[in-house]
Amino acid sequence: MDIRLENVSHSYDTFEVMRDISLEIPHGRIVCIVGPSGCGKSTLLRFIGGLERPKQGRVLQVGTPPSDCLNPLTYIFQDFALLPWRSVAGNISLVLEDHGIKGAAAKEIIDDVLARTKLTDFAKALPKQLSGGMKQRVAIARALAVNPAVMLMDEPLSALDSQTRELLMDDLVSLWTRTPFTAVYVTHNLAEAVRLGHSIVVLSRRPGQIREIVHLDTPLAERQFGDPELDRQQRHLWQLMRDEARAADAELLDV
Amino acid sequence: MSDTAMSHTPAEARTVSFRGGGFAPERKRWVGGVVFVLLIAIAEWGTRSGWISALTLPKPSDVLQTLIELHQSGLLYKHLSPSLSRLVVGAALGASFGIGVGVLIGLFSYIRAGLVPLVAAIFPIPKIALLPLFVIWFGIDEGSKYALIAFGTFTPTVVATYGAVDNVDRSLIRMGQSFGLSWLSIVRKIVLPGAMPGILSGLRISLAIAIILLVAAEMLGAEYGIGAYILEAGALYDLERLFAGVLILSVLGVVVSTSIGLIERHLLGWRS
Repeated sequence: MDIRLENVSHSYDTFEVMRDISLEIPHGRIVCIVGPSGCGKSTLLRFIGGLERPKQGRVLQVGTPPSDCLNPLTYIFQDFALLPWRSVAGNISLVLEDHGIKGAAAKEIIDDVLARTKLTDFAKALPKQLSGGMKQRVAIARALAVNPAVMLMDEPLSALDSQTRELLMDDLVSLWTRTPFTAVYVTHNLAEAVRLGHSIVVLSRRPGQIREIVHLDTPLAERQFGDPELDRQQRHLWQLMRDEARAADAELLDV
Repeated sequence: MSDTAMSHTPAEARTVSFRGGGFAPERKRWVGGVVFVLLIAIAEWGTRSGWISALTLPKPSDVLQTLIELHQSGLLYKHLSPSLSRLVVGAALGASFGIGVGVLIGLFSYIRAGLVPLVAAIFPIPKIALLPLFVIWFGIDEGSKYALIAFGTFTPTVVATYGAVDNVDRSLIRMGQSFGLSWLSIVRKIVLPGAMPGILSGLRISLAIAIILLVAAEMLGAEYGIGAYILEAGALYDLERLFAGVLILSVLGVVVSTSIGLIERHLLGWRS
């Protein structure tokens, strides 16, 4: 299943947030969206997942999601969004219960996704007992449990320290290598974008418009920390963004 | 560079003085008990030695004696059981209606717009003032007492509950929606557990108010009950019995507060 954005524009009252964004998210690829703060990248992600409606333009699903897919468009949030009163297994079972999956069937799925995210030993732990990186792995496990057609990742690593971020990037790469998934990955961190993105969409500052789409051909599994080619790409992205970021930083917030 | 720095005359070395700490309440188990014992001991000593006159304060040992007599004669249970049943029925009615209405206010904008001003209007009414009205509406017997206690617990519970629902983390609700959870599932599995801490701390206040109203209702028209017992003792200026009654109320308050604490520890163990 692909996602297509057609001429998406949005404004809050007279405040223009994004202008005329058209974008194709092809099956089995990770598309990163980068841009200076306030360029509307998270808003764009909420449009794609149907949590918010754009003023103009439309978001299309092209093709039908696979039949075993419980929740085609599934988010992974920056703040993890785990229920603190449910255990790790309980948080995953939450998203299965509404589909009538309970008991042994649920346990099978939960065991599988916990094994894939290396959390098997923590099934009974409460979120407060987990580190930030583990919490985000629980959120990833929860997303995997519903077999998403497209994963919508909203700065998933931004709340983590840099070492944990590296580890989780490796985890995401190995998850993708084993079973390629489609993802839209919003971030302000260019290192994440060049590690995880098959293509990187650079947005301008408000009103957000597509400035450039960079395609990276190196397979995900071969991208290493400190790879010169990736560094070159990252520098190129930074050149694109630097002036935008500076201008965005100097803007007064109209709150 | 480091050489020249080292070559300075060694300055006097002092330990950096500590100025952190504090502002973190710790659990001190025995202090509360010690304060109680100390106050009672002073009262006992004062009344025995005579510098506290018998008109000012009864002897704590006499109060205890009165309590034992109450227990032996069975009169204690004759007063306590109607009081307890009034408290349980009234508070249960008030709290459950309060939680229900509070959740509705928290969830629906129209209900909020319609009921919040109404709740604000009835909150400051001293409910005791309405007792004569309740007697007409619900009868002189138990009905009016249940209604008074229920009404008094209802308003603070409503206010605490809708505040708690408002404070549920919106990002969790957004998460529920993004996974396609039904409206009912979001309310049942995200909103209600998320509001539970606020609801329980509201309940602490509501139940204390319920005890106050229980006594007030019983003072205005009951043959048996702790309130009636205290009123009678007060009218006769029987300080031992008055204090025995007050003591029972205090114990009741402590029991209620402790049981909510236990419920909190059981239900809210997930809080960090």
